[in-house]
Amino acid sequence: MEPIKTHNGLVYPLPKRNVDTDQIIPKQFLKRIERAGFGQFLFYNWRFDENDKPRADFTLNQPKYEGVSVLISGDNFGCGSSREHAPWALLDYGFKVIIAPSFADIFYNNTTKNGILSIKLSEEQIDYLLNQAEKNSYTLTIDLENQKVYDKLGFEAAFDIPAYNKHMLLNGLDEIGITLSYADRITQFEQTH
Amino acid sequence: MKQPKTIIEKIWEKHTVVQEADKPDLLYIDLHLVHEVTSPQAFEGLRLAGRKVRQPERTYATVDHNVPTIHRPIIRDEVARKQMETLRSNCAEFGIRLADIDHPDQGIVHVIGPQLGLTQPGKTIVCGDSHTSTHGAFGALAFGIGTSEVEHVLATQTLWQNKPKTLNVHIEGSLGTGVTAKDLILAIIGKFGVKFGTGYVLEYTGEAIRDLSMEERMTVCNMSIEAGARAGLISPDETTFEYLRGRRYAPEGSDFEAAVSEWKNLATDDGAVYDHTVYLDASEIEPQVTWGTNPGMCLPISASVPDPALIEDKDERASVEQALAYMGLEANQQLTSIEIQHVFIGSCTNSRITDLRKAASVIQGRKVHPSVRAMVVPGSFTVKMQAEQEGLDQIFQDAGFEWRDAGCSMCLAMNEDVVPAGERCASTSNRNFEGRQGTGARTHLASPEMAAAAAIEGRFVDIRQAVAPTV
Repeated sequence: MEPIKTHNGLVYPLPKRNVDTDQIIPKQFLKRIERAGFGQFLFYNWRFDENDKPRADFTLNQPKYEGVSVLISGDNFGCGSSREHAPWALLDYGFKVIIAPSFADIFYNNTTKNGILSIKLSEEQIDYLLNQAEKNSYTLTIDLENQKVYDKLGFEAAFDIPAYNKHMLLNGLDEIGITLSYADRITQFEQTH
Repeated sequence: MKQPKTIIEKIWEKHTVVQEADKPDLLYIDLHLVHEVTSPQAFEGLRLAGRKVRQPERTYATVDHNVPTIHRPIIRDEVARKQMETLRSNCAEFGIRLADIDHPDQGIVHVIGPQLGLTQPGKTIVCGDSHTSTHGAFGALAFGIGTSEVEHVLATQTLWQNKPKTLNVHIEGSLGTGVTAKDLILAIIGKFGVKFGTGYVLEYTGEAIRDLSMEERMTVCNMSIEAGARAGLISPDETTFEYLRGRRYAPEGSDFEAAVSEWKNLATDDGAVYDHTVYLDASEIEPQVTWGTNPGMCLPISASVPDPALIEDKDERASVEQALAYMGLEANQQLTSIEIQHVFIGSCTNSRITDLRKAASVIQGRKVHPSVRAMVVPGSFTVKMQAEQEGLDQIFQDAGFEWRDAGCSMCLAMNEDVVPAGERCASTSNRNFEGRQGTGARTHLASPEMAAAAAIEGRFVDIRQAVAPTV
């Protein structure tokens, strides 16, 4: 997994609550056995019509949002299924950071395991960010080390992240490798339980 | 005096392998259930790193998500077939038991775990599927995980997990006639919302929960994730022990009695403190139907579709408007006026033998409405066989239902069982998200009894009026 320290990127606003994983990646694309290549299917039923043609009214299809890497959305983002295909699709499309008032637990874990930084900000802060990104070509900087999000217009917000997640993301670590360094403890547990 | 504890804390403490500062706890996993959709990339990860499965005997696999439910074993979908073949070869390579498509134990992973007695009180259970919360019905700590975590459990039999907060969902009173466990959990989510459980493990307590059978408890715990909670459980009691007695992987003889006395200690102690508690009176709950695009958008069958014009909060109003537009419903329309074209009885929420018996009792001697296509998909091959021994298949087929083989089927429509765009389905499954049962499909969640009655009438009806109550 790629380490993420600071990220500076174009923002895409998706002002919806309860964006579920069936919307992020519909089930017809879950049959592949690879991790790569899911970006083309991201938000498929919103991006494409029944003839697989891009829907002009879905904003992600608009030229101004080409090259976006920061997603801003509503409350309870990523609710629903545990499919890791959702963060795979977001990452493959180019999203490195997701900002929302809250995230579903399984989705939040899944993003962290894939080097995507999920950040919780308040509804008011999200409203400001959505507004900026809807009006302009809007760029945000995310500084994980100092746990700050800021723009060029003077907006700055601090965010919380568990120390463990921060460490894993900053260093792009292989978690299984770390856990296997505790193999003796696991063996001991197995022998005594 | 010992500090009173919740069952959640007791299971957690018994499974903590490593506890260090600035880290989640390293939790030991007793049982890992695996299926074809969320595992291929995990096995590939093991192969690339030259790792093995640490405890193959604690791992159990089946195919459920994309198996066809008709004309087996021919699988016309090439990509799906490749995914199932990949699971077969992965299980062979890593030494994992597999209930394959033609195996008598095949079925929905959350139906077969309990049925085989693999699911037991006090266990930690994971699966790459969010409805793993189902197994909490036995007093197990069971939760869904992503594919990276599947790989982690395969390699280490552990997971790094933050200790969850505890939430007591306390349900007093008794459910009325015609009101089911499905209505109970829908009413809970309808009242408290689709994210009230985020960050928590739920424990369901109270008289109404104690009165539920094991299969009804599974229906309740199954939908914990729709309330945002990764896990939801019920302290084990005599109902739990009796269900498990004699099951294939449950302890036998004196071992079973020893296990029961240990399981009895798991129940939450009197005076244990939860981080949060919510209350609901079961006697106030009516049969429920969802009208929108998440399970919290549900109402009693006697109600009407909400009117966005009356909602003050602008975000809330916008989401109701979007949901009504997607669902093709009018504000203030009576729920009983909603006509349906499909009925699906199945899924890890409601596909067990008692679900099928209850649905059959509603349709016995009656006919499916001419404009409705109805199907029953038993949760497992075992459930199917049992239903056929009881003659339920005949009741369903005489009424005009299709009688299928076991799998997830139309709950998520990964196989050929799809609801066409713009059409409406009364479904006993767990999610009414946009496109869940097919692109553009409109899902209404309900109990097996309510779905069965809708199949007969071609629209939703109040089950309490549709059939004479059995006294």
